[in-house]
Amino acid sequence: MTAIASSTTGAAAASARTRARRRNRLHRIPLLPALLFVVVVTQVPFVLTVYYSLQSYNLYHPDTRHFAGLQNYRTIFEDSIFRTALVNTVILTAAPVLLSLTFGLFIALLLDRKVFGRGLLRTLIISPFLVMPAAAALVWKFTLLDTQFGLINFMLRPFGVDHTDWINSYPKTTITTVLTWQWTPFMVLILLAGLQSQPPEVLEAAKVDGAGGWQIFRSMTLPHLRPYMELGIVLGSIYIVQAFDAIFMITSGGPGQQTTNIPYYLYETAFRAFDIGRASAMGVVVVIATIIIATLALRTISGLFSDEGMKGRL
Amino acid sequence: MSTSTLTRPARARGTGTRSPRRRTRLPSLTGSLLGLLAWLVVLLFFFPVLWMALTGFKEEADAATDPPKFIFSPTLDQYRSAASDAEAYLTHSLTITVTSTLLVLTVALPAAYALSIAPVRKWRDALFFFISTKMLPIAGAIIPIYVIARNLQLLDRQIVLVILYSAMNLPIAVWMLRSFLLEVPVEILEAARVDGASFLRQLRSVIVPVITPGLAATALICFIFAWNEFFLAVNLTTTNAATVPVYLVSFQTGEGQFWARLCAGASLACLPVLIAGWAAQDKLVRGLSMGAVK
Repeated sequence: MTAIASSTTGAAAASARTRARRRNRLHRIPLLPALLFVVVVTQVPFVLTVYYSLQSYNLYHPDTRHFAGLQNYRTIFEDSIFRTALVNTVILTAAPVLLSLTFGLFIALLLDRKVFGRGLLRTLIISPFLVMPAAAALVWKFTLLDTQFGLINFMLRPFGVDHTDWINSYPKTTITTVLTWQWTPFMVLILLAGLQSQPPEVLEAAKVDGAGGWQIFRSMTLPHLRPYMELGIVLGSIYIVQAFDAIFMITSGGPGQQTTNIPYYLYETAFRAFDIGRASAMGVVVVIATIIIATLALRTISGLFSDEGMKGRL
Repeated sequence: MSTSTLTRPARARGTGTRSPRRRTRLPSLTGSLLGLLAWLVVLLFFFPVLWMALTGFKEEADAATDPPKFIFSPTLDQYRSAASDAEAYLTHSLTITVTSTLLVLTVALPAAYALSIAPVRKWRDALFFFISTKMLPIAGAIIPIYVIARNLQLLDRQIVLVILYSAMNLPIAVWMLRSFLLEVPVEILEAARVDGASFLRQLRSVIVPVITPGLAATALICFIFAWNEFFLAVNLTTTNAATVPVYLVSFQTGEGQFWARLCAGASLACLPVLIAGWAAQDKLVRGLSMGAVK
């Protein structure tokens, strides 16, 4: 009797399980095209990149293609330009991210108040981010930063600056300035959303209790903004680390290698020298470095995206 | 189901809707000074965009001068000739971005559905797989893509950019659409199910009204990113599929002489995205943060 009962419940459980499995399979169908598409276009090429990185392969001399082991990796690690490019990438990512975050916070605080024409101000401030980076680079390169006719030299003339060749004298500063200008609006948007999600009752209460403006900012607003700042830093870094447009258009990586970052050096290796093997090895190194950094970053933002992070804040 | 309700935002308190917020009024002088400062800073940031558009209205002789001319007799000549120069590029850009955006929405919406309303068992893993591909630098994939496209004679063909832009935007679209789908009221969906509403009817009467603004916002975000993309366009196209950024490269070395034409061309290149972005500004932050910030 008991044996029969348990076997029927067992069968019921088993059929429930198959049903659940079938339902899950059914649920999976809408997901598959997207998953497949992303895997084919991003993951498969990466596997091929690894494969190419182990070959001596130049598109100018396709006949000499052969297996080369780790030779490409040895070459790039002995390559001083590659090391320079790594350092430049870190500088040209960290500086714009931190600067745009700072400016972004400042502007977001100004716009979080009752300001005349606030809607228009918001429309204007997002514009640098929307402008095509390649177009913005040209406008900066010529009309603003030109040695002879540039507007910036004209504006600074009363301060004793004249005919400064900004791009060649201060290449890293130039690129940092353009990237900061472009990414500040992004930070403004994120931080403004953060500021506006602050419960007004609590601020009200703090004021009633006699807390000063600075005190409220430091002990309430800043901690509240922290996740938004982290999000801004992570997303900003993801995009800015790949900065190519401004460097290609304004400095072409120069003068010398002063603004050659990894994307630009990879471009030169792959699409100017057609050294597929060496460029692939660089690609692999970049991906490994990114995975290490991104794992740390994901741990930060997964907190934001998951259940508790933004809950109650938004 | 319970898992997806967990991530549902506690309250739908969007910043888009103007919530009545009362702030104690600052002393009016400080208040107006801060307001003035806000205007100054914002105008400073906006100025390069304005200068670009203005210089496009100049005669070449007025464009590169010392001192720069702030007052000049405007002309449409530069815009007119830039438009005719850029016509083919604009057409390519439009075809490629619109096709890729439609493709993205078609593929992303079902995926977002399977990660929110009817979640698969490992929805969390799938979600983070999508975002992780966004972190994969293009350096890790561009070389085989180039070699394959070259071997298949696909270089300088629009289809290549359509596929790559779709892959580039798909993770953003999935995350963003999912964040909209999470706002579909579960109770109503469940009620519709109990009432025996068919899947299609549920879709039409409950999901579509909620998701339509989401689809529009997602489309605009995808359009913005695809329109402005530079690296792939420069390396994979030359003439037949060359997009607007490739057109701008021709000005890269045009030292000194054609600033008005350059600015007119640059302004035309930026116009579609500026309009799209201004139109979508309420949803922009949501798209840029992949749905994390509303």
